[in-house]
Amino acid sequence: MRQTATIVLSELELDALTELANLGVSVAATSLREMAREEVMLSVPKVAVVTREEAIANLGERESRRLVAVHQDFEGAISGRAFLIFPEARSMELVRAVVGGDLSLEEITELEQEALAETGNILLNGCLGTIANNLERSLRISLPEVVHGEGTEFFSLGRIPTAGDSVLFIYINFAVRQRDIQGYIAMLLDLPSLAALKELLVAFIDRTTGTRSALPHVP
Amino acid sequence: MTHTVLIVDDSKLARMAVIKILDSLHPDWARVEAANAEEALQRVRQGAADIALVDFNMPGKDGVLLAAEIRRLNLGISVAVISANHQIEVVNRAQSAGAVFLRKPLTESALGDFLNAAAQQHEARKS
Repeated sequence: MRQTATIVLSELELDALTELANLGVSVAATSLREMAREEVMLSVPKVAVVTREEAIANLGERESRRLVAVHQDFEGAISGRAFLIFPEARSMELVRAVVGGDLSLEEITELEQEALAETGNILLNGCLGTIANNLERSLRISLPEVVHGEGTEFFSLGRIPTAGDSVLFIYINFAVRQRDIQGYIAMLLDLPSLAALKELLVAFIDRTTGTRSALPHVP
Repeated sequence: MTHTVLIVDDSKLARMAVIKILDSLHPDWARVEAANAEEALQRVRQGAADIALVDFNMPGKDGVLLAAEIRRLNLGISVAVISANHQIEVVNRAQSAGAVFLRKPLTESALGDFLNAAAQQHEARKS
């Protein structure tokens, strides 16, 4: 498939992808709730094919403060990078929520990087694993990396897939209200994956609905 | 006795998945679909259904708020809230709203149990 840019997902395929993201992040939020022992609120996922610049601008608009991101690359039938992003100022609070309130500031500071990486790992693996399982494909997921910086920097980081100018951008807001923690989970899928993704989505739709998705549906 | 099931989900795929299970469990039951809370409430006001299956994470009003409103309009409607997000707070809120919580992806046995219980309640109310 050379002309990946011309591959377009149908309405039902986009719907299926949104539903997969929803499943993935719901599983991840349930894990985070177990760790933080407080409810994690989620938004409805947004899915869009955008240029890399648009993805960066979108992130920049959402958040002008300094941010922390935990990111992991995934590879397999589809490849890209998943992010857990939140304001740097609240990262200690997230760590405190996850490791418990009994630790001193010193201990928490010492644990910060490790706890952030582990939290990101559990959330992003929960999310990616659920998506991969539903697509019946395995993904190789890299170790988590923690980066601090401006939002615009994250999506232009070194190893991010650069094969296409456009990316499939998926994001979901999450919040732990009692602790005033807000952030989001974002996924960037490189577009050469889109042809493969489209096939996997068609198969997923068939399994889920028991119909051939190529046929028109009665509304 | 046949029933009419209202399926509320902003995802068409998710509605199709529910219908697939309904087809195998109760092919003779009628279904109506709604893509959001407003449409769902309109259907309820029209008296279109006696059982409702409601997705939790929808734009606008979430499934728990919708479940509460459906029950306020008509206590005779059995409601299930469906979500992969099974945090205890969500499950508790669904139950406080008078709904049953079912996990997504929905299984035939979980939906079957809920529908049987709902059907029995309706029978009991009639007799």
